[in-house]
Amino acid sequence: MYEFAYHRPNSIRKASSLSASGEAKFLAGGQTLLPTMKQRLASPDALIDLAGIEALQGIELKGRTLHIGAMSRHADVASSAVVREAIPALAALAGDIGDPHVRAMGTIGGSIANNDPAADYPAACLGLGATIVTNKRRISADDFFTDMFETALEEGEIITKVLFPLPRRSAYAKFDNPASRYALVGVFVSKRGRDVRVAVTGAGPCVFRVAAMEDALSKRFAAKSLDGISVAAGDLNSDIHASADYRAHLVGVMARRAVAAA
Amino acid sequence: MPKVTMTVNGKAASADVEPRTLLVDFLRQHLRLTGTHVGCDTSQCGACVVHVNGRAIKACTSLAVQWDGASVTTIEGLASGDALHPMQEAFREHHGLQCGFCTPGMIMAAVDLVNRHGGVPDEATIRRELEGNMCRCTGYHNIVKAIGAGASAMQGSGKVAAE
Ligand SMILES: Cc1cc2nc3c(=O)[nH]c(=O)nc-3n(C[C@H](O)[C@H](O)[C@H](O)COP(=O)(O)OP(=O)(O)OC[C@H]3O[C@@H](n4cnc5c(N)ncnc54)[C@H](O)[C@@H]3O)c2cc1C
Ligand code: FES
Ligand code: FES
Repeated sequence: MYEFAYHRPNSIRKASSLSASGEAKFLAGGQTLLPTMKQRLASPDALIDLAGIEALQGIELKGRTLHIGAMSRHADVASSAVVREAIPALAALAGDIGDPHVRAMGTIGGSIANNDPAADYPAACLGLGATIVTNKRRISADDFFTDMFETALEEGEIITKVLFPLPRRSAYAKFDNPASRYALVGVFVSKRGRDVRVAVTGAGPCVFRVAAMEDALSKRFAAKSLDGISVAAGDLNSDIHASADYRAHLVGVMARRAVAAA
Repeated sequence: MPKVTMTVNGKAASADVEPRTLLVDFLRQHLRLTGTHVGCDTSQCGACVVHVNGRAIKACTSLAVQWDGASVTTIEGLASGDALHPMQEAFREHHGLQCGFCTPGMIMAAVDLVNRHGGVPDEATIRRELEGNMCRCTGYHNIVKAIGAGASAMQGSGKVAAE
């Protein structure tokens, strides 16, 4: 790692003003950023640790919306009685990220800011129609995840929390890469009134929704409704772990499993 | 250079460190606690697992400066005098190690998983919980056996939390 300065502000305002100078980066759980810096793929001249900011912590249910602070660790979300009651699929998803030590450190804010094409939380945000709240504005998940490792966040913008409207039914089915535990393909489905969402991670360069599946499921929410619906392999990833065709096939399989489990 | 102060294995420890000093390097190089190993240095293998404020984390993927004021337990802090911690004893008894390189991380992860689950976790739970700890020698069988036995012994000894 190259040298950098370290700051630990106690307010969002201070964090934001620290980020205005030079090539600073926010540090959340460090489970992606620190390995990236060790490989010298990132070399910020300052790290602004968000762990001392009270306002980024906390999980609470307000009416029919679940609020999760950006610095909530995966382990906290997985074990939260509030999340398990409100959106069990989200607690289960968090409890299946990486391994226990990664879950003790990694945060929801860091995961979605990073927008790894194989990360789990982006599927939950898009699949539940979440709203990402920053120190500047509110961004719907539909507009937030823009491309591979790209989001709508501007320079120095801080995610403060994520708001999840409670679904009536939801589930996440993940086919994990056994070496990395990231999703080879993961599908999050939810139903809230007539609104059905199907969000796919791991398969393409960025998390995406499958309109044909959503239409079919909004007529009848059953795995059988997905018979004959497939996604085109053309736009999907091909790598040493799986071909695009295999991933396309897995999208169908995981979507059926998720609907059956929801 | 920032000064960090932690309680490590019950004793106060402080040093001036560069911000880029990893927690594992602080432990190994500044405090000479070389029981915590570095296997991969890429957050994969779990050889570097220690407990910080009661949670198991990978010390190669955390900075020392993040933990000013924290309480850290390493493998050196588990035994009481000459008496091994029940989990260490179980690894010895059940041949849960061969070369021993992964063992400090395995044992710290094992104590953490027992603390979190309480009671004696079943085999499937133990295997799932070991997702982040790799062993190149044993094939895991005896590690899983040792953790089950260590968990029972921890209940018996009332030694639940290492902290
Ligand atoms: C061995 C291993 C296995 C893993 N397996 C999985 C897996 O199965 N599934 C999965 O989804 N992920 C997995 N991960 C990634 C893990 O979930 C990370 O914790 C996560 O991607 C990044 O979160 P973090 O809190 O560690 O963020 P950091 O690494 O601290 O930061 C990541 C990026 O986000 C930015 N950032 C952080 N917080 C904010 C904020 N509040 N506002 C704006 N920007 C912010 C940082 O500046 C940085 O650019 C794994 C990681 C490891 C090491
Ligand atoms: S040395 Fe830390 S995970 Fe391998
Ligand atoms: S005993 Fe050799 S790596 Fe586990």
